[in-house]
Amino acid sequence: FADLADVSIAEDIPVEGEITVPVGSRSPDDDYSTLDEPVRDTIMRDLKAVGKKFVHVMYPKKSSALLRDWDLWGPLVLCVSLALMLQGGSADSKDDGGPQFAEVFVIIWFGAVVITLNSKLLGGTISFFQSLCVLGYCVLPLTVAMLVCRLVLLAGSGTVSFIIRLIVVVAMFGWSTLASTAFLADSQPPNRKALVVYPIFLFYFVISWMILTFTPQ
Amino acid sequence: GTAADWGGFEDNMQGGGSAVIDMENMDDTSGSSFEDMGEMHQRMKEEEEEEGEAGAAEEEDGEFLGMKGLRGQLGRQVADQMWQVGKRQASRAFSLYANIDILRPYFDVEPVQVRTRLLESMIPVKMINFPQKIAGELYGPLMLVFTLVAILLHGMKTSDTIIREGTLMGTAIGTCFGYWLGVSSFIYFLAYLCNAQITMVQMLSLLGYGLFGHCITLFVTYNIHFHSLFYIFWLGVGGLSTLRMVAVLVSRTVGHTQRLILCGTLAALHMLFLLYLHFAYHKVVEGILDTLERPNMPPFQRVARDIPVVSNAVMNTTAKAVALTL
Repeated sequence: FADLADVSIAEDIPVEGEITVPVGSRSPDDDYSTLDEPVRDTIMRDLKAVGKKFVHVMYPKKSSALLRDWDLWGPLVLCVSLALMLQGGSADSKDDGGPQFAEVFVIIWFGAVVITLNSKLLGGTISFFQSLCVLGYCVLPLTVAMLVCRLVLLAGSGTVSFIIRLIVVVAMFGWSTLASTAFLADSQPPNRKALVVYPIFLFYFVISWMILTFTPQ
Repeated sequence: GTAADWGGFEDNMQGGGSAVIDMENMDDTSGSSFEDMGEMHQRMKEEEEEEGEAGAAEEEDGEFLGMKGLRGQLGRQVADQMWQVGKRQASRAFSLYANIDILRPYFDVEPVQVRTRLLESMIPVKMINFPQKIAGELYGPLMLVFTLVAILLHGMKTSDTIIREGTLMGTAIGTCFGYWLGVSSFIYFLAYLCNAQITMVQMLSLLGYGLFGHCITLFVTYNIHFHSLFYIFWLGVGGLSTLRMVAVLVSRTVGHTQRLILCGTLAALHMLFLLYLHFAYHKVVEGILDTLERPNMPPFQRVARDIPVVSNAVMNTTAKAVALTL
């Protein structure tokens, strides 16, 4: 660095310019301040983001909040809670009729990956993780349906309860499909929307079917 | 003197390292083509430049900090270089293998085209002396396989199928995908032996669309449990889609023996698969087994799982009818 010590400018050339830092850039202080904040603030901020996205799913309007800052916390929470509730209650290994935790988990993530690949191959403009985020968040109505089904099954398991569960699951299935279509179909060329909607329909249909045929042991 | 000699030797090692071709860094697909040699030269030049800079920085810092500084700088430089090389290799491998654009042309369809092809898959062509066109498209077949998986799941659930090893979902996916990929490959191999003009993608597409008949049949017969209805659908709907596939293959093959081998195999496998799907995953099988094993028990002892009372009654009548005919 010895060379830089003699920087000198000839006196007849005027030196002018601005010595201001452009405002938009993040100074290193910003990064450090989120490290120093209490853990509760960090968790609450993430929870609020997840909660806001839940609200967007329950009232699907054409907003880009779900797509702009995607996160996978919400889908993970929903997937784990759905898989836990769907777990076959029988400890007896002879009757393996109920889906196990790993099965549900794999179905949801594998199905979401396949739908994302399909929409990308059909010429979609959405990114991989954005699509995973939307599909995961739109499982929320079906998780609510699962909760309702379990409560109804506590009351009894006759024909009436089956009809109630059928109506609830079908309604939530329709809601899920409409919500995810509202977010995902916009990223497709207009004449191919049906090609993208069909696998989403099939995906939520399989999940709804697993919810509807669940019986506690 | 000796120090200069040692220093010179070290310099040679550093500079000479880039002259040795590191086989690990070579691309799998590169041969000794002209462009690859050019790329290698460019890379060697880059590495030499980097090492030249590293050497210069080292010398400065070495003079300033002494021996410790030299070793620290060297370590950091080596780590940095390894990171660069690793990153370059990884990004090249990724862009080569994870490039989904390879599949993009096979998904270039319009909904109208998919609908037309679905309907056409049930109509056998009459002109078998002229090679028929097969669209090499994978969207329709893939969606049909997934639909078949969903229908199979529905059938397995309503029939209380008990899978001892593995899971319901795994069995359904394995069966459907295994059939589609496996039989396609087998018929493609036979087509290669019989000199038929068909590519692998076209075969996948043809067999995939042939599953449309299976989907319809199973969807109807998993919900309406009449045995004779299944046989009518098997022959009618299954037969139509098989005829269509057979006609297309016949139009692309020359020679009577070859046509017979190819089409006989395909027809047999396709029809038998439908039969298998119906019988392996349907409650009537268990009813028959119960009746055969314990003649003193009434036909259906098992409590159905939350299925509405109507289908229960239908189930019982079907089982009784089957037991009577046996």
